[in-house]
Amino acid sequence: MSKGWQRIFIPLMAVVIALAIASVIILFIAEVPGPSTGNLWNDFWNQIGVRFSFLGRAFQAMFEGAFGSQFAWMNTVIRMTPLILTGLAVGFGFRAGVFNIGAEGQMAMGALMATIVAVNIPGLPMFVAIPVCMLTGMLAGGVWAGIAGFLKAKTGAHEVISTIMLNWIASNITNWAVTAPFATGSGTPKSPEIAVGAKLPILFSIEATFLSYGIIVAVLVAFVMYIILYKTSMGYEVKAVGFNPYAAEYGGIQVSKNLIMTMAISGALAGLAGTLESMGLYYRFYGTLTSGKGFDGISIALIGQNHPLGIIFASMLISGLRTGSNQMQFIGVPKHIVTIIQSIIIFLVAAERMVRTIMGWDRKKKVKDGLAKSAS
Amino acid sequence: MDWLRALLDTITNPVFYRLTLSSATPLLFAALGGLFSEKTGVTNIALEGIMLLGAFFGILGSAFTGNPWIGVLLAMVAGLGLASLHAWASIRFCADQIVSATALILLAQGLTGFLLEPIFGQPGSTHIFNRVPEVRLTFLGKDTFLYKMIGTLSPFVYIAFALVIVTWILINKTRLGLRMRAVGENPEAADTLGINVFKIRYFGVMMSGILAGLGGAFLSVGELGQFSENMTGGKGFIALAALILGNWSPVGAMWASLLFGVAQALNEQLQSNPILSIPSTTKPLFNLLPFVITLIVVGGFVGRTRSPAASGTPYEKRG
Repeated sequence: MSKGWQRIFIPLMAVVIALAIASVIILFIAEVPGPSTGNLWNDFWNQIGVRFSFLGRAFQAMFEGAFGSQFAWMNTVIRMTPLILTGLAVGFGFRAGVFNIGAEGQMAMGALMATIVAVNIPGLPMFVAIPVCMLTGMLAGGVWAGIAGFLKAKTGAHEVISTIMLNWIASNITNWAVTAPFATGSGTPKSPEIAVGAKLPILFSIEATFLSYGIIVAVLVAFVMYIILYKTSMGYEVKAVGFNPYAAEYGGIQVSKNLIMTMAISGALAGLAGTLESMGLYYRFYGTLTSGKGFDGISIALIGQNHPLGIIFASMLISGLRTGSNQMQFIGVPKHIVTIIQSIIIFLVAAERMVRTIMGWDRKKKVKDGLAKSAS
Repeated sequence: MDWLRALLDTITNPVFYRLTLSSATPLLFAALGGLFSEKTGVTNIALEGIMLLGAFFGILGSAFTGNPWIGVLLAMVAGLGLASLHAWASIRFCADQIVSATALILLAQGLTGFLLEPIFGQPGSTHIFNRVPEVRLTFLGKDTFLYKMIGTLSPFVYIAFALVIVTWILINKTRLGLRMRAVGENPEAADTLGINVFKIRYFGVMMSGILAGLGGAFLSVGELGQFSENMTGGKGFIALAALILGNWSPVGAMWASLLFGVAQALNEQLQSNPILSIPSTTKPLFNLLPFVITLIVVGGFVGRTRSPAASGTPYEKRG
């Protein structure tokens, strides 16, 4: 198998293996007592049959919840919007050799700042309000990630630890903002509603559920990312630094400047993800707005092999799993199963040699992959 | 002025010292675990996930047997299991250690959240089960300052501090420790001298699993008697920062953990101090302080302290 095909095949294998392991877990937790016949052998086979039919129903529920109807499709596409962007955020970082695990916090900060602006600009026409809010969100996310980039460039602090810390800080700041100075109403902590001009127009709706133009923005951003990565010298530099920072430095690329810029761009994408959630879905900031969508970006980037097109497909997969898992929960499978599936996918893609060994491809040494090899 | 009075009030209260020790304990376990792994040249940022899994299995053991010590044992086994996965991926398959460890953190979060409801019957958190009893030093006298300070500590606290000495001796004074350091600094040279690099690295990572598992057990069966979802709340990462701040030495890690413990205890005590009467909505702003401190530590000290040279790089046998 050629190398190009392997790049597609390894994440696909990872997905298949992850689903298989998840199936085994579901088989074990199935709480469905089979009828007792008094015969141990028959009971055993009954149990097996009952458990497998439970598994079948679980996956059917998941599939129907994600793709089974027009409504299900719409929910999946709605959720894809932020996931494409967080996937791009993490994937762009990987390309440059940094692991931005902080998309969650950058998303929250972007959404919060954009919402603050969006709430305070009533009467502004749409063609001004929307770009202003989007840029605010991207700026906030970019600055938040830029802190980690700056620390890594100046002191060598590993971006994983610093972005995780920034996640916690962001989560506390946003929680504080929507419970104290920026709170409204009671119940779930939330901000006031944004101005009419800042709401993204609706593309398509079924009853009360609607899909905004945010999805178009996300896909356009993926396209721009493709152009930047493959058609510009900036993209070349980013990839060169990711591939071998020492060689890049020798070749005249300013590695530390590149690093800060990469983190900032990555954070801006995550910030935009949060901004679109506020402007196109909730029309306000919720304490639970991010709810893991930033972390989903990691598995999306890895499944999509950091390629914009791959990331779009991968975000459809993860979005489908997430929306489908709500349906699965109704028949008694906790939705944490999706986190388990994602973790196995990430693990297998990280240890891609494991997959290569299983497939019998690992005859020669192939240590280099696109990911960051640097660790503090 | 209120702030100064509140601060004075806090540091003259024995509870502050007790809280410092118990906040430092889980960090110390995990930091010592990280030390074992990093000394042999494998980065282990999965400490957070190992602690979480340890906390879960700790409660599981206590809930099913009624004996919290069985829970502690189970937590160590669970930690060992998760760390073995990390070791397997990063040593045998030369995986990207940061990414594979991230996967394991997610796995721990997913698995504990997933199993919580089917096993304990409710999402979010478990009921309260038997926890490891405190060591009561009644000879100090019931109402003395010293008794309130150290008289009712969990045995975990003693174990953690004893482990600092054990680890120091093991790393610096034994043959195994010398080999660990050799493998972590220069695996090629160690290999040439006939040291089994892979075996030593497996040992280091597995020890980190046992220790971080113990740290997690302290959080659940040691302190609260309860498990709640994502209860580690970043402690695994703070422990990594303690390891960096402590310059990859057991004693350094101890002082760093204590420093973070002080920060945590101050934070909690000031929040609930009657002189300040802080409104509950402002509490998130206090809770972000430990993370800011960690960020500053990681940003400010990482260049000045020195990690084992081969830490984070996979080793491949040549020829």
